[in-house]
Amino acid sequence: MVSLLKMPETLLQRTPRQSTNAAPEEANDTAMIEMRDVDFAYGDNQVLFEVDLTIPARAITAFIGPSGCGKTTLLRCINRMNDLIDGARITQGTILIDNIDINAPSVDVVDLRRRVGMVFQKSNPFPKSIYDNIAYGLRIAGVTKRSRIDEAVEKSLRASALWDEVKDRLETNAFGLSGGQQQRLCIARALAVEPEIVLMDEPCSALDPIATAKIEELIYQLRTQYTIVIVTHNMQQAGRVSDHTAFFYLGRLIEFGPTTKIFTNPSERRTEDYITGRFG
Amino acid sequence: MNADAQNQKRVRAIERIVFWSFRLATYFILACATYVFLDIGIKGGRTVFMRTAPFINLKFLTTGPQTLYVFDYDGKKMELSDREFRAWKTTHNEDVDVTTISYSAGGIWPCIVGTALLVVGSMTLALFIGISSAIYLSEYSRNGPFIRLVRVAILNLAGVPSIVFGLFGFGLFVIFFGWNVSLLAGWFTLGLMVLPSIITASEESLRAVPQGLREGSLALGATKWQTIRKNVLPYALPGILTSSILGIARVAGETAPIMFTAAYAMRDEMPWHVSRWTDFFFQGVMALPYHIYVVSSKIPQNEYTERVQYGAAFVFLVVVLLIALTSIILRERTRSRLSW
Repeated sequence: MVSLLKMPETLLQRTPRQSTNAAPEEANDTAMIEMRDVDFAYGDNQVLFEVDLTIPARAITAFIGPSGCGKTTLLRCINRMNDLIDGARITQGTILIDNIDINAPSVDVVDLRRRVGMVFQKSNPFPKSIYDNIAYGLRIAGVTKRSRIDEAVEKSLRASALWDEVKDRLETNAFGLSGGQQQRLCIARALAVEPEIVLMDEPCSALDPIATAKIEELIYQLRTQYTIVIVTHNMQQAGRVSDHTAFFYLGRLIEFGPTTKIFTNPSERRTEDYITGRFG
Repeated sequence: MNADAQNQKRVRAIERIVFWSFRLATYFILACATYVFLDIGIKGGRTVFMRTAPFINLKFLTTGPQTLYVFDYDGKKMELSDREFRAWKTTHNEDVDVTTISYSAGGIWPCIVGTALLVVGSMTLALFIGISSAIYLSEYSRNGPFIRLVRVAILNLAGVPSIVFGLFGFGLFVIFFGWNVSLLAGWFTLGLMVLPSIITASEESLRAVPQGLREGSLALGATKWQTIRKNVLPYALPGILTSSILGIARVAGETAPIMFTAAYAMRDEMPWHVSRWTDFFFQGVMALPYHIYVVSSKIPQNEYTERVQYGAAFVFLVVVLLIALTSIILRERTRSRLSW
């Protein structure tokens, strides 16, 4: 548990919570996202069953599992992106972020999404300049001061390791960037609004190995400041970047624990089968 | 073997027949279009263009229609407009045997102005209502019985004949609202007429904007309206403009909806000759298609009326072409900044 050693001091001041599902050595961790018995359905088609999971703060949690196991759906529940889909809803259970039920009527979904950033599977830069892409989130939040936006653009581009590559062409269209750069731009865009949680939905699935390595390195560096949840198909990726791993199969959470344990000594037979490549 | 070869032959023959019938059908369209444009271009060109400087018949383009006086005088054939004839009369006292032909002297300037006003007003109205409802349908509404009903209503509206729109506009705007024959009544009638096609096309262009742009924006904490305004609508506009080009051609060309609601057969004042600015909206105007209709069907036909008919038709085509060209340029400007 390297991440625990590197945790900033502010975190220790938070109220420690006993998490029910986590491995014993992280008992003192602060729970950022808690899912309690979550059932989810698209219309009549139930895709998640009784998912009970506590995602620790300032660490990287990976969701793995075969296609169609519900990991992306669960990820999109955390910033309520599923609200956009007709008939999609949580049928049972609650999701809490910092002890607040995010589906409660009093919760403002716009506010939630500002706190919970997202990076999508297919990089989706806006057809604007690089600068305007990063500034977008700040501008819609009402920031108009040019100096503050300039500062945020540079800061988030540096944080996503893109600054040196694009600093001379901030005003050019973001579509001129390579696939890997576009995805890092999307990460920078998400970071610019200073979220607490960053959700990543297979961020490297469309990228070549070199671009993937860059993004993985970036994700690894970000975890000291953000709670990161990453969905991935790539087993090695989960092993390389994550602190915790959750394995899903057919809409159920099969196993959750420290990545080292899941990959070396899983307690469930199905986890072992999947990780060793016997199915999936 | 033999039967096989024969079959092959037959199949090839059918192929050739099918190919040629499709090809001829296509050529037939081309032939029709060429004939129409050449006919109007040549005959209308004689009215609009001149052999001597300034080569364009400015009088035809910049003055209003007048009655033509034709008579023989001093062994010469005189063709004078209303005003010219009265001026001529002051210096010549003898009686002449005059034939008068309505609308065949002067020009069509008030009609050009009237059509432009009708197009601009009704397209503004139709684009505003059309884009608003398209945004509602594609971005906000969830599929249900009510929305299905709305869609059926839009489809049916698209199938209503234009004369029915004309009568509807006459009943509602002219009589019930008491707007009389006016620009405003014409705008609303024409606007309603093109609304269905604008809604349908706008909705399609909105749906063509990748979902990723919406999600990316919403995930940054944008509200729905912020997302639409900054990240959906700008990219859908080129498509919406394309569809409005067709709407413009239709609005400019329809005669039936305006003949009861907005068009005068003859009016001497220009639309800006109003005493109060509010009167501007409540005045009838002359319009090109209605003028063509009047000179082609309401007065006896002869060589003089033909000049006006073809001249007006020619100018009308050019006006529609110019408006369409403007929106195409506008569209290309917006589009060149986008690509995905």
